[in-house]
Amino acid sequence: MVKLHERKFVSADPEKCVGCSICEYACSMVKEKTYNPTKARIRAVRLGPLVNLAVTCRLCEDPPCVAACPRDALSQEEKTGIIIVDEEKCNGCGWCIEACDYGAIMLHPETKVVYVCDTCKDLGKPQCVEWCPEEALDFVTADVLAQKARITVTKKLFKEAIEAAGMKI
Amino acid sequence: MLAYAGRILRIDLSTGKVDTEPLKEKMAKQFIGGIGLGFRLLMDNSKPGTDPYNSDNPLIFTTGPLSGTMGPTAGNGYAVVSKSPATGGVAESKAHGFFGPELKRAGYDAVIFTGKAEKLVYAWIDDDSVQLLDAQHLKGKSPYETDVAIREDLGDHYIRVSAIGEAGEKLVRFASIINDEFRAIGRTGMGAVMGSKNLKAVAVRGTNDVNVADLEGFKEFIKMIHERMKGPATRKYRTLGTPENVLVLNALAALPTRNFTQATFEGAEKVSGEYLNERFVAKIIGCATCAMRCDHVAVVPEGPYKGSTSRMEFECLWALGPNCGVDRLDAIIEAMRLCNHYGIDGISTGVTIGFAMDLYENGILTKEKTDGLDLRFGNQEALIEMVKKIGARNGWLGDVLAEGTMRAAEKIGKGAEQYACHIKGLELPGYDIRGLKTAALGFSVSYRGACHLRSGAYSPDVKGKVNRFVIEKGRGKIVKDGEDLYDVIDSLILCKFSRGTYYDGLEDMAKYYTLSTGIEMTPEELIKAGERINNLARLFNIREGVGTREFDALPPKIMNVPIPDEGVAKGSVVNKEEFDIGLDDYYAVRGWTREGIPTVEKLKELDLVEYVHIVKKGEKK
Repeated sequence: MVKLHERKFVSADPEKCVGCSICEYACSMVKEKTYNPTKARIRAVRLGPLVNLAVTCRLCEDPPCVAACPRDALSQEEKTGIIIVDEEKCNGCGWCIEACDYGAIMLHPETKVVYVCDTCKDLGKPQCVEWCPEEALDFVTADVLAQKARITVTKKLFKEAIEAAGMKI
Repeated sequence: MLAYAGRILRIDLSTGKVDTEPLKEKMAKQFIGGIGLGFRLLMDNSKPGTDPYNSDNPLIFTTGPLSGTMGPTAGNGYAVVSKSPATGGVAESKAHGFFGPELKRAGYDAVIFTGKAEKLVYAWIDDDSVQLLDAQHLKGKSPYETDVAIREDLGDHYIRVSAIGEAGEKLVRFASIINDEFRAIGRTGMGAVMGSKNLKAVAVRGTNDVNVADLEGFKEFIKMIHERMKGPATRKYRTLGTPENVLVLNALAALPTRNFTQATFEGAEKVSGEYLNERFVAKIIGCATCAMRCDHVAVVPEGPYKGSTSRMEFECLWALGPNCGVDRLDAIIEAMRLCNHYGIDGISTGVTIGFAMDLYENGILTKEKTDGLDLRFGNQEALIEMVKKIGARNGWLGDVLAEGTMRAAEKIGKGAEQYACHIKGLELPGYDIRGLKTAALGFSVSYRGACHLRSGAYSPDVKGKVNRFVIEKGRGKIVKDGEDLYDVIDSLILCKFSRGTYYDGLEDMAKYYTLSTGIEMTPEELIKAGERINNLARLFNIREGVGTREFDALPPKIMNVPIPDEGVAKGSVVNKEEFDIGLDDYYAVRGWTREGIPTVEKLKELDLVEYVHIVKKGEKK
């Protein structure tokens, strides 16, 4: 039976993200009870005023971080897709960090084992998404992400027609 | 004492010696942080009469108590305090962005730079490790180029850098310090003091936690402020941005034009916030932890300045635009980009060039002195050339104007001082105070020289809460209240764009402070701290010989040249009689003498008794 994906991850809209790093502060506040972006599970990247994006774990279908771990410290939770770190097994070697294309898995400055976004599973929804003032962050499935992209591109293509008709979309 | 780092860092650039000392809770509560803490440290770490460029003049970077927390705007600021090379008095300027919180996370409430490095260096503050590194390869680079180069050299993208450009190195008296590409410690020449110390940049990486006293309470409070930031209190800053003022002030005949000659600009539509946004703004971005986002990043889409990019705000747009008679936004954006490139304050740059244009139009400056530039009002090419000349101190006029209007007027002579629009040596911002007279009083008594942000006294005038065409009794209190509040705001380092989100004013701010620091603070104590800080700044100016009544003066054009434009403001000018009434009223409400000197009783009331000797000396004089 074909079934749509249920796994949801946090994704930033590059059109909306302004690189303010509120997501980093919110993450450290919720997860670490302090304010410290170097302990956040999501990180904002600003490469100049017009180029900003917040990046975190995308719950890859075939996660290279899990494959790269020589100590089997990483596993992927079947239902949610979250990467689970076995802190007993992890020795902070960093193979997973090198394997991740997004810089989403990091070495924790204090615990010295790797850590990664768990979508605030215990709280029901990711708190960075809750705090993002631009609504640039979304908690979405891959399918919804694709839907959104299709809608955006269609709107762009029909921009003139939509405006001419005075449609509110 | 949470949220504060609890430490002050001292770096002697002459010897390379580095020390830390604790920040005591009493000092923290009395002076808050930001400019307040900076003034206190300046007063206690400098000798009277020190030249601003002398190595003994300390350059002080401070964070606010909330820097590094998730507090919107207060979480992301820092301030720089010193003795000003523009005014010879107290200097302060704040900037937001990402630098301040990094400095706090590195573990410092303040960094005091003393001495002078032998060669150009930058300070690399990596948490507890502090080094002075060679910066000779960065000589002449812009602040942003310096920022990029340092991050590449040290191999960490998240290092935050606050740097000077060529103008700071060459001691342009209104040189700025810039972080995050566009965020400037703009006013009062702090970049020049930094340059005089051979300090090219301060680079910081901080990895420590910043903890607040009541995390749940704090979280709830900032959630509320975040929500308010999306509402009406910040509408202006989120939509058109401060350039909205162009048409607002123009309609009031309060938009200074051609160096405070006219008060309306026929080209206002073409340089309006509306046109800027429609045609040039590519994206609106924000500082760390801020839910408002106000940074209107303008990009020129075509023409000779194609690709020129800068953040645009009203003040600099006005100074480089209407004040120079220039009605082309592409050229204004390019001029602003150049101000950021050289590291010069856009307000002082525009007002200084407008001054030179005025002299040229009146025959006091000729082409021989301008290197052949046709420096008439409205010549945008001449404007851009002049920015470059000032930024690099090129040519006779570039070098003279780099001294600011007050000193340039002295050097030029021939009555040039009649055209110089400054107060205490700092150039006027974009409000025609001939017809905004509460602002005229407010600007005149500001301790850092002409400034709209020391009291916000333009606000009651612009909003029609008072008769803006007269100075009368009662204005002194409006100015004082505004000043004390703004001293609190600048010591907490709240962004003034966010001031409207504190619906309950001081009560909100006191709560904010207590939730984060754990130090009990009432609204009354907080405003008292503001008053203390204002008095301390005044004391510094008195100590330096620039703090008495004669220095609270208005520029000749404001007192002598009535607004010529037809309409509501026609003929308005500040006369000496009403101005004296205003000063008397202000000093009285401040508890100062008629000479503008705080009384011993006032200092006792404010717990500033250790500075009584300054007022006693001032009285004798």
